[in-house]
Amino acid sequence: MTTLTFQLPQAGLRRYGSLLSPLAWIALAFLAAVVLLALLAPVLAPFDPDYVDLNNVLAGPGAQHLLGTDALGRDLLSRLMHGGRTSLLAPAAVVLGSTALGLLLGLAAGWSGGWAGRILGRIFDLLFSFPALLVAMLAVALFGKGLVAPILAMTVAYVPYVARLTQSLAAAERARPYVQAYRVLGFRTPWVVLCRVVPNLLPVVGAQSTLNFGYVLADLAALSFIGLGVQPPTSDWGAMIEESRGALLGGHALPAFWPALAVVLVVVAVNVLGEELSERIGGGLR
Amino acid sequence: MAVPAVAFVARKLLVLAVTLFAASLAVFFSRFLVPGDPARFLLRGRSPNPESLAEITRQFGLDKPAWEQYWTWVGGILQGDWGRSLSYRQDVSEVLLGRLPTTLQLVALAAVFIMVLGLLAGIAASLNRGFADRFILIALTAAGAVPPFVAAIALVAVFSVGLGWFPSFGSGDGGLDRIWHLTLPALALGLSYIAVLARVTRSSMREQMLREHVEVATSRGLGRGSVVARHVLRNALGPILTVSGVLVAGLLVSSAVIERAFGLSGIGQLLIQSIDRLDFAVVQAIVMVVVTAFVVVNTCVDLIQPLLDPRITAGTENR
Repeated sequence: MTTLTFQLPQAGLRRYGSLLSPLAWIALAFLAAVVLLALLAPVLAPFDPDYVDLNNVLAGPGAQHLLGTDALGRDLLSRLMHGGRTSLLAPAAVVLGSTALGLLLGLAAGWSGGWAGRILGRIFDLLFSFPALLVAMLAVALFGKGLVAPILAMTVAYVPYVARLTQSLAAAERARPYVQAYRVLGFRTPWVVLCRVVPNLLPVVGAQSTLNFGYVLADLAALSFIGLGVQPPTSDWGAMIEESRGALLGGHALPAFWPALAVVLVVVAVNVLGEELSERIGGGLR
Repeated sequence: MAVPAVAFVARKLLVLAVTLFAASLAVFFSRFLVPGDPARFLLRGRSPNPESLAEITRQFGLDKPAWEQYWTWVGGILQGDWGRSLSYRQDVSEVLLGRLPTTLQLVALAAVFIMVLGLLAGIAASLNRGFADRFILIALTAAGAVPPFVAAIALVAVFSVGLGWFPSFGSGDGGLDRIWHLTLPALALGLSYIAVLARVTRSSMREQMLREHVEVATSRGLGRGSVVARHVLRNALGPILTVSGVLVAGLLVSSAVIERAFGLSGIGQLLIQSIDRLDFAVVQAIVMVVVTAFVVVNTCVDLIQPLLDPRITAGTENR
């Protein structure tokens, strides 16, 4: 007689503890804190981010201004918190939009296969030849400065990253036994795809989209830095760095340092999280 | 042997031509997404008096059907007539050619930094185990997360404001002075790409080191240097080359941001200025140039691949 042994999944919170490495937990906690600070900026920020105080310009960190003030005497901490709203919300919109669109198109291409899939694949390839930042700049040239046109343009530019991945995953998934089983049992294809296949693809696609978030955030910040994105006086990390260049050349590095640090730390945290996710998924959860 | 090779090259060139055609369609017809009168769109920010409206209509052929406008534009580009810049009152090709050298020098210097530093860091990480490897990896992850414009600000803060070693503005007078002026911009431009290339090099080298032929070479008593150079690195070059192509193409786009940050008058800076000055003919031309360069570089990488690894030829591309 053989004895069957089962390994039961760990119960409760401990299961989540083993899901991510300590480093990834730190990254996640950091991102959560940053999002919270940005969301609650109107309540938590110690000053009005646009309040100009010319008697107190380029002040160092102190009790009143925790991170100091910029060349116009505006409180850097408040600007940083308010700036986080545009700096984080815009890439989030791009990532959500491109993930939804990419999933849809990728599924259509991967599931249908054949010539329709090949043509869609060619279109994805074509979109790859337009770098996202360039598309965003073209959008600004067409529709004017601001974030709306770049957000839409970058959504389109990031679709192929999700769609290509989804296409190959969907093609592989289609051949798996559970899909055949549903088919034999007479379930409708749209139901099988949306309710049974998509949940299987989401972790992998989610890992890719997480990594995309970092790139989009950097690109949109760069766009504001070159003066084509968020317009002054609205605070945004990229725009804050641009505004601080004069002070930087005069030897005052802090006004540029804080937003630069924010961008880098958020991108690092997002990358750590995204790479962890994709490693976990590749490493055995599936 | 020769026939599949020719077919391979022909296929790649055909894909290149189709891609460029489709890209030109996208770039040209993007203007048609803007609602309203195209003449007024092209003249935004300027006083649209009847004469200038008539002039712009004639220049862009706005009274003709869309397809005819497109063919005139593409035909012009192929013959070197890129249209006329509204803000410079010069031919677009003239404006562009004047700015091109700075951008090419910047991108070339950045590419040198990327290849040398990226390969060295990647090889160093792959040859070391434990602490050194871990340290290089962490440094690379951090460097890879620094966007070019942040790197520019940081380098200026440290090396030109702090230490005063390098200038923070302008492109200098040619020769060594030019290189001195372009060092910080090129480093800022290349930093995140150095990290990417180093990571790809490391994993590609590691993958090769585990292969049997490397073990055989080592067990036959070949020196470590010769094993690494001839048996590991040579086989690891495929992915490294692919990534390099993508990176160099990406440099052209990021260089716009860097040129802006360092006040270099290249085509990237020209693109930003033209968007600012609502000079659409120039914008269209630069976008087309950058996309073309991007696609051509990637095709070249595809064409060089079989020289490194003869197993990749027609039909067996997808190993």
